[in-house]
Amino acid sequence: MNASDTKMTDISEIKRPRRWHILVFLLPALIVYTAVMILPLIETLRQSFFNTVEGHYTFVGLSNFKVLFGDPRWAADFWNALKNNFIFFLIHMVVQNPIGIALAAMLSIPKLRFSAFYRTAIFLPTLLSFVIVGFIWKLILSPIWGVAPFLLDTVGLKWLFAPWLGKPDTALIAVSLISVWQYIGIPMMLIYAALLNIPDEVIEAAELDGVTGWSQFWKIKLPLILPAIGIVSILTFVGNFNAFDLIYTVQGALAGPDKSTDILGTLLYRTFFGFQLQLGDRSMGATIAAIMFLIILAGVSLYLFVIQRRMRRYQF
Amino acid sequence: MSKARASLGRTAGVHIALIAYTLIALFPVFLTIANSFKSRNAIFREPLALPTPETFSLIGYQTVLKQGDFLGYFQNSTIVTVVSIALVLLFGAMAAFALSEYRFRGNALMGLYLALGIMIPIRLGTVAILQGMVATGLVNTLTALILVYTAQGLPLAVFILSEFMRTVSDDLKNAGRIDGLSEYAIFFRLVLPLVRPAMATVAVFTMIPIWNDLWFPLILAPAETTKTVTLGSQIFIGQFVTNWNAVLSALSLAIFPVLVLYVIFSRQLIRGITAGAVK
Repeated sequence: MNASDTKMTDISEIKRPRRWHILVFLLPALIVYTAVMILPLIETLRQSFFNTVEGHYTFVGLSNFKVLFGDPRWAADFWNALKNNFIFFLIHMVVQNPIGIALAAMLSIPKLRFSAFYRTAIFLPTLLSFVIVGFIWKLILSPIWGVAPFLLDTVGLKWLFAPWLGKPDTALIAVSLISVWQYIGIPMMLIYAALLNIPDEVIEAAELDGVTGWSQFWKIKLPLILPAIGIVSILTFVGNFNAFDLIYTVQGALAGPDKSTDILGTLLYRTFFGFQLQLGDRSMGATIAAIMFLIILAGVSLYLFVIQRRMRRYQF
Repeated sequence: MSKARASLGRTAGVHIALIAYTLIALFPVFLTIANSFKSRNAIFREPLALPTPETFSLIGYQTVLKQGDFLGYFQNSTIVTVVSIALVLLFGAMAAFALSEYRFRGNALMGLYLALGIMIPIRLGTVAILQGMVATGLVNTLTALILVYTAQGLPLAVFILSEFMRTVSDDLKNAGRIDGLSEYAIFFRLVLPLVRPAMATVAVFTMIPIWNDLWFPLILAPAETTKTVTLGSQIFIGQFVTNWNAVLSALSLAIFPVLVLYVIFSRQLIRGITAGAVK
């Protein structure tokens, strides 16, 4: 029975006519994806090697990159944006992910009452647009309205208040924390899901061995959710090095004060489209996009080929 | 006995921490909506108070509805979001079916190619996307946005849907083939209805970034007739910075649809994240 079965399929595989329906199923997605995403991406990368020299659009090799890294008109802005982008990412990693893990750990306590409510409420900001989030926090932190100083006063910390968004040395931290507030739901949910996937037997075995509470979390659960923390980290990385909207909404295209909140996304926007007196520059825009592409590619490769492979996975 | 008390104390501590964070998450939204219904003086005198009959005012909403074409923006956002999601679901499910159902040369490579876009953001190709849209005359049309968002949503949709389609039983599909159904009929009549829950998850995931996007509306369709809600409120608020009533009302209007959809779909969304994302 079985043998004849395989024989049948063998024959049909040889004689099968061209299966056009596979192409029909694949084609629409393939066309849109290739035409609107992949080709423009390649074309943008290609344009980073071209520039207008004496009125002619020609191949210039790596000179756009040299200008970006070394030319006094570009380099200061570029290195500033790159540095800020790394700080932006570090603040997310240090604040957003630990708080997300802590919230997930608390939510996953079995039979916790109202946990569905907490979960739903804490995830809400993640769904709001940057425009809403940016303006709400701009209003709250505004010294004119006085909500933030008033709240700090009620806990006796009024002296702490300053117009954070308006001062060059605090603006980047303030904007990063707003972004953390918005996105905390994602690490929380992903890690919450990972915690729920830990089988009860593992926890019971730990409890029988007297490993409970904090030490149970550190010694048993944390190692088991490391793959989820890896995913959260790479998602944070890609999101942060591609960020633009929140800074544009809160601080404008100039990423003020004094470019202290400028990151690669806002630099790309200003370079490509121009702003106020500065004219848009297509080639340099493409060059910055190429740098962002390389940074993201490096991060994703590091994650896929190094971190993910070394991570021990447990099968239940 | 003391152990039970200790765990009671721990539970109370957990609740206090969670309530504190819930307040941090909800307070800004509450503050905006509550103050949007107050008169200008009340907004500044007592920002934290709920609107009372004396301080109640709709002046902000009146300004918003008079000055900005918010209905038009809503319509644009809705058209863009709904059409993009429909295309993502249809094209994505078709491609996912081809990848999960048939063995053909280049199958794995095709899957990898389509998955690239999950990690590489479409924004990086903006320079050439804008040139392409200018060349085809699609700048300042909703079509441009729909095309971009469809391309942006496809990779994740194909990935999630093909995972789900692998779980559809082969016996069912083969029974359909024996009954003489074409491959198209098998896809549309047998498989699609079975993966409906996964389609809903994909729809919710796809919807949020499309509805909230500022970058592409700003670059591809900034004209008054094609503004989306996100871009419209960004520009409106920028013009009315000093009119706090109008700003708060515009923000509340932008929050409202998200809030309604979230109340309806939160179960679906949370189940989708907690079931499919970490595996």
